[in-house]
Amino acid sequence: MLVVRGLSKAYAGARPRTVFAGVDLSLGPGDYVAVMGESGIGKSTLLNLIAGLDRADAGSIALDGVEFTTQDDDTITATRRRRLGFVFQAFHLLPYLSVAQNVGLPLTLQGGESEDSPRRVAAMLSAVGLGERGASMPRELSGGELQRVAIARALVHRPQLVLADEPTGNLDPESAGQVLSLLREQIKANGAAGILVTHSRPAAATADRILLLTQTGLREPNLV
Amino acid sequence: MSASQVSPARAVFAGALLENKARSALAVLAIALGVALGYAVQLITESAVNEQALGAQLLSGNADLQIRGPRRGFDEAIYAQLARLPEVAVASPVIEIDARLADRDDALQIIGQDVFRAAAVTPATGVVSGDRLDLLRPDVLFLSPAAAAWLGVGAGDRLRFQVALGVISLRVEGVGGVAGAGARQRFARMDIAGAQTAFDRLGLLTRVDLRLKPGVDVGAFRERLQAQLPAGLAVDRAQDTLAIAAGVSRAYRINMDILALVALFTGGLLVFSTQVLSVVRRRPYFALLRVLGMTRSRLVALLVAEAALLGAIGSSLGIPAGWLLAYMAERLTGPDLGSGYFAGVAPTLTLLPAALALCFALGVAAALLGGLLPALEAARAAPALALRAGDEARAFARLRPIGPGLTLLALATLCVFAPPVAGLPLFGYAAIALLLLGTLLLLPRFVGIALALMPIPRRAAPQLALAQLRGAPGPAAVTLAAIVASLSLMVAMAIMVASFRQALDAWLIDILPAELYVRANAGGDSGYMDAADQARIASLPGVLRVEFLREQQLVLDPARPRVVLLARMIDAAEPGRRLPLVRPALMPVADSAPPMWVNETMVDVYGFTPGKVVDIPLAGKSARFIVAGVWRDYARPQGAMVIERARYVALTGDEDATAAALWLEPGTTAEKFSAALRADVPGGARLDIASPGEIREVSLHIFDRTFAVTYALELAAVAIGLCGLSSSFGALVLSRRREFGVLRHLGMTRCQIGTMLATEGLLLSGIGLIAGLCLGTVISLILIQVVNRQSFHWGMAMSIPWSALAAAALLVLVLSTLTALVTGRRALGGDLVQAVKDDW
Repeated sequence: MLVVRGLSKAYAGARPRTVFAGVDLSLGPGDYVAVMGESGIGKSTLLNLIAGLDRADAGSIALDGVEFTTQDDDTITATRRRRLGFVFQAFHLLPYLSVAQNVGLPLTLQGGESEDSPRRVAAMLSAVGLGERGASMPRELSGGELQRVAIARALVHRPQLVLADEPTGNLDPESAGQVLSLLREQIKANGAAGILVTHSRPAAATADRILLLTQTGLREPNLV
Repeated sequence: MSASQVSPARAVFAGALLENKARSALAVLAIALGVALGYAVQLITESAVNEQALGAQLLSGNADLQIRGPRRGFDEAIYAQLARLPEVAVASPVIEIDARLADRDDALQIIGQDVFRAAAVTPATGVVSGDRLDLLRPDVLFLSPAAAAWLGVGAGDRLRFQVALGVISLRVEGVGGVAGAGARQRFARMDIAGAQTAFDRLGLLTRVDLRLKPGVDVGAFRERLQAQLPAGLAVDRAQDTLAIAAGVSRAYRINMDILALVALFTGGLLVFSTQVLSVVRRRPYFALLRVLGMTRSRLVALLVAEAALLGAIGSSLGIPAGWLLAYMAERLTGPDLGSGYFAGVAPTLTLLPAALALCFALGVAAALLGGLLPALEAARAAPALALRAGDEARAFARLRPIGPGLTLLALATLCVFAPPVAGLPLFGYAAIALLLLGTLLLLPRFVGIALALMPIPRRAAPQLALAQLRGAPGPAAVTLAAIVASLSLMVAMAIMVASFRQALDAWLIDILPAELYVRANAGGDSGYMDAADQARIASLPGVLRVEFLREQQLVLDPARPRVVLLARMIDAAEPGRRLPLVRPALMPVADSAPPMWVNETMVDVYGFTPGKVVDIPLAGKSARFIVAGVWRDYARPQGAMVIERARYVALTGDEDATAAALWLEPGTTAEKFSAALRADVPGGARLDIASPGEIREVSLHIFDRTFAVTYALELAAVAIGLCGLSSSFGALVLSRRREFGVLRHLGMTRCQIGTMLATEGLLLSGIGLIAGLCLGTVISLILIQVVNRQSFHWGMAMSIPWSALAAAALLVLVLSTLTALVTGRRALGGDLVQAVKDDW
């Protein structure tokens, strides 16, 4: 489903540096990988490239055989809107929308609400254990609850790929464990692929595979 | 101190100003504009008043007291009586004439003096001729340097003046003789006897200057003398005379000052908007500083200093800009900004240090006050909570309560009904300020209600825009503050001016029922039509009916300017056919005092209410009248009274007329008759003849010129408001970069985000427009019914210029929406994706 070949990224400027080069990655439906690496190695950069939010210097990214790195911004955006889901470290819910409205935002962006939308939103909220909190505002929720809403938002539109960038970075260990379990469960249940970026080994262990990002690409880590 | 040792406090505050260069610059510009306008108005009007006062002071010289009377003059026998009083050291008789120039449409003030007496009282108006005896010659005059330059004449030239309908010629014997302020006044001096003879004022004086003997109690003597003088004469100290002269233009000058303050207030609001949003954005930084040990008071002091710095920079730019504005305005409109209050004054712009300091301080104060509330809120925030991202909403929570806003509105209502203070509508101005502030405080609630009433759009981008505004009405209200304030004031002024113009136009139609109007004293008081002239005019072919009028100026209250007396042909049973009465007149009753009809000023200022019996001084005696009616008068704010001409002639023996209204026989055209009038009546060429249409046109032109400065100030205020909207909206968008980054992650295109911003801009602008229109309409009511009424004592009906307001509203809506969109898109530049990673 996702095929990344020879991806490279460098930053120009006063102090030019190569972030990474020669990254290869293949994911099929249901694949769930964790990407680890030292701080500043470019894990978030990799996610931004895959999401089409940044342009690689070399290499290709194809989703279901469609190479989208050469497409224009609007086309990439449309692809991202329909086929990707995001979970951020800082949750990033819109403060002026209710929990249900935040969860339904991807459906809204896809062209307004359909008759099916409320049902899907309710179903996702139930799946993440917040079925009764649809009318609440984000400021009324705890950190763990906010991240669960974010997971619901990431999956409500049935994306093919979920990108989670340090989703437990702002959570206590107990909440982190619950969120990671939920994330894996919902990715699998919706038949999506998932990439979890984390610097936490226990968090990475919840994925099917762990990959280590280095300057020369992705490889299996030596976990001894 | 190395760069690494710069205190975080300095880095935060200085950094904020430099980081937001555009917004800081806009705030500075707004303050500069307000200060420039205020200083320019002060420079022009104060210079003119000071010049007027200096001129009057020069001509008063060392006089302890002055005796004044009717404009035409009083019996010179008074002089001899005054001169013989034991307390009087020197008495100097004066005749002042605004002599109409025969060859141009202007008048020159002629001062006839006894040169020897005058030298003792007013030494500054000393001898200018090598031969002192020249001053006694009856056919020469001496010009001030300003008059000579204005007329383009010098020693040896002749000047021609109109007297009645004839012309006299006087030789300019010399120029100069006065220095300083006197050199800038336009006047001429001549021997008093010569002036009386030349200008047909034999036996008349307009003033007697008294210098008292040492040791005389001036105040006590003044009171005794006033009681002894005949009716219609007033005794004043010289400085009282100056105050009366300045008082004529006081209401106008204060109105101009208020308008300039409006521009400054709007600038202060811009600083407030900028500071509120800037402080909210830096909320976590301030929380960190508080955690690191900065006290609340230090935080407030630094933030207030930041705002004051903006104000100081703005004021520094505004002062020289104001000087330039004043210079240009004076060249374009004259020293009275087109109002006519300082005709004949040619002031030189001076620095006016007091006005400079005041305007500078006001600019700093406006900015300081604008920054105070945000500073206090920032200091009040709990550091632990403020450190968390997303705490910004708490900053606007204090805008939610409606109590303070409603309280201010209630106070405004009370002020509306308060009387004037020293003849000024101070409570009216206070009502406007309270209404404005109260509405701004209620703006968040108004915005919330307006947004709640809007239907939810179907498309995602407008839907999110509405949701965002509904979720945060506080920031929206702050964004709108400056534009609502400036728009409301523009609307208020537009309605007031339109109402005034409409009322003036309708009044002119009412007051000019005849087909032709003839004046002998246009632009001066030396012209008139004697009985023979009147007979000739009345007997001209084509005249169906003619009504002659005599205009005089009388002293009723020594502390006030002269009031106008109009003796005209009027039907006492139907005065409404000639006068625009504001209420039905009292019918004449046999054996009662003869009727008089007064304008609204006479009611407000002198208490001449209908039914009241009053005594007015005529020809040195008191004449009793009953106030039979009140009429609307936009031409004589100092006061005017109308009596029957026949009664005036019987009381005074004065048969002269200054104006006439003519009705023509069918078939007689105004053009043909005017030609015949000029040709067949001796001196007819010096008559000012005009149709009602021509008088209306000239009057409305003068009106438009008078309000030209008002229009300029309104436009400046709206420009400041738009700048405020731009600045605030940009700051808001900047504070939401993370949100926009998330939306980009979720698949919103840049175009959709642009649509979202445009929708927010349109919604905000629309709400601001509605608020501004409503508030402006209410303020215009106060301007019309309270401020104008108490300032100038005239009433008018409200007339809303719908099409002009609609066009202006549409323009403002488009401009403000575009402003919001352009500013927002500019603020969206840079890496939105990176913004998502930012914690703060």
